[in-house]
Amino acid sequence: MVPSRSGRLINRHPGPAAGRLLALVPFALLLVAYAIGSEIRLSENPNDKLLPSFTALSDAVERMAFEPDKRTGDYLLWVDTVASLSRLIGGVALATLLGTAIGISVGLIPYARRTMSAFIAVFAMIPPLAVLPILFITFGLGEVAKVVLIVFGIAPFMMRDLAMRVAELPSEQLVKAQTLGASTWHIAWRIVLPQMLPRIIDTVRLSLGSAWLFLIAAEAIAAQSGLGYRIFLLRRYLAMDVILPYVFWITLLAVVFDFVLRRYQTWAYPWFAAARAPG
Amino acid sequence: MTEVSVRNLWMEYGDQIVLERINFDVPAHSFVSLVGPSGCGKSTFLRLLLSQENATRGQICVDGEPLLPNPEPDRGVVFQKYSVFPHLTALENVLIGLEFERGGFSGRLHGRAKRNAQAEAMQYLEGVGLADAAQKYPSSLSGGMQQRLAIAQALIKKPRILLLDEPFGALDPGIRSEVHDLMLRLWWETKMTVFMVTHDLREAFYLGTRVIAFDRVRKREEELERYGATIAFDTPSDPAPFVTELATAEAAE
Ligand SMILES: Nc1ncnc2c1ncn2[C@@H]1O[C@H](COP(=O)(O)OP(=O)(O)OP(=O)(O)O)[C@@H](O)[C@H]1O
Ligand SMILES: [Mg+2]
Repeated sequence: MVPSRSGRLINRHPGPAAGRLLALVPFALLLVAYAIGSEIRLSENPNDKLLPSFTALSDAVERMAFEPDKRTGDYLLWVDTVASLSRLIGGVALATLLGTAIGISVGLIPYARRTMSAFIAVFAMIPPLAVLPILFITFGLGEVAKVVLIVFGIAPFMMRDLAMRVAELPSEQLVKAQTLGASTWHIAWRIVLPQMLPRIIDTVRLSLGSAWLFLIAAEAIAAQSGLGYRIFLLRRYLAMDVILPYVFWITLLAVVFDFVLRRYQTWAYPWFAAARAPG
Repeated sequence: MTEVSVRNLWMEYGDQIVLERINFDVPAHSFVSLVGPSGCGKSTFLRLLLSQENATRGQICVDGEPLLPNPEPDRGVVFQKYSVFPHLTALENVLIGLEFERGGFSGRLHGRAKRNAQAEAMQYLEGVGLADAAQKYPSSLSGGMQQRLAIAQALIKKPRILLLDEPFGALDPGIRSEVHDLMLRLWWETKMTVFMVTHDLREAFYLGTRVIAFDRVRKREEELERYGATIAFDTPSDPAPFVTELATAEAAE
């Protein structure tokens, strides 16, 4: 159907160019609103810290990203980024491995389901931030506690989500595989796991938001570096000129991850788009 | 050559009796069409033949032996849908039966063993007219092609019994008669015993050497739960003219 541009509102579609332009509008509006707000506040009080001017922001970026820190000699933004990303990726990778192994077992094997599913359901209800002190006490203030918090926060969701995806596979497939001579292991390895891989990407995409949340929470409380650590450290000095670019940078990283994962999914699993469509 | 005998088979789900007193024997190399109204238990009967579920009472024997307790390669199946694996290409879908058998723990073949198995799988794809589509995923095949793929996939295991649950229901008439002839040729060549569920009586009589209808004998509302369907009708059917041709061709050789 060719998108129509007249008639009832629900039937009217913007053309491709207009669509792209429309998508930019909210961003532009936000930027303009910020510029105006900052202008007003600064004209009233040139030392106002809340909405720094664009020059102040770019100076701060210059200082954090491209000049060595006076005390340590490090380029702070990059040091923080590496520290945060290694925790995030470590935690997400570990949670994904756990989620996949347990999710597939629970989804596929009735004995595993009866043993684990109630336990996982209860476990998933524990608020991860409430156990953060326990993690710090148990694992110390180092990297382990932060990675474990991320795993703790997202792995139960991943397990349940994947167990559900496995259970959604038509039972015909499992019967068919058996009539082709497959063992339970063969079915898990050649039928279920390969069909779960693109779904795992979906699950990871959904989990990344929470993973960032837990990472920043852990860094805010106990760390010597990291994007979350820096934001909470500078909060004491009301250094909005650094905090805002940091928030922007974290958002950008999250958007890029999401984009890359989605692209990878369509590229690596060309069969998946049709398999996912209902019917 | 496989005989199947069904002895006093009952199937209940909770309080609901679905099938009762099913008794029949089919000689080796039969083509049995199963017909009956919707919900009378045809698919249930195929699930019992597959060992996907266990009968409440009674027994099914194959060549005098009770059925194995799990679905096994001695019985192939083509479902109405979801019969092929969406993440594998047509060739891989056929190949996977050989890989499970020969690929050991990983269920994968490599190098020469893989090329040999691929060549073998290609023959089956050619047999169902899908050689050109070998590298395609099922989602880019038409309904008829998917069903032919499912047949090739099942046949590579050389099952003694083939179970078909409304396999051709979704096909348009032209393709359907093509697939019918294909099915008859494969049935004739492999000498397997086929059970096919269908809603189409013409198809049932055209393909089958025997037509068995399930139906409830008692149909009053309050009796529906307590009485299951049983064999209402069981009749031999002449083999299709195409089979006679195959038979004469074979005799001439
Ligand atoms: N797992 C199950 N649990 C409970 N009842 C079931 C189950 N499977 C089937 N039934 C019931 O058994 C009866 C027969 O179902 P079945 O699917 O075998 O019918 P069918 O003859 O194949 O029908 P159709 O022609 O519509 O495919 C139905 O009343 C159905 O509700
Ligand atoms: Mg059915």
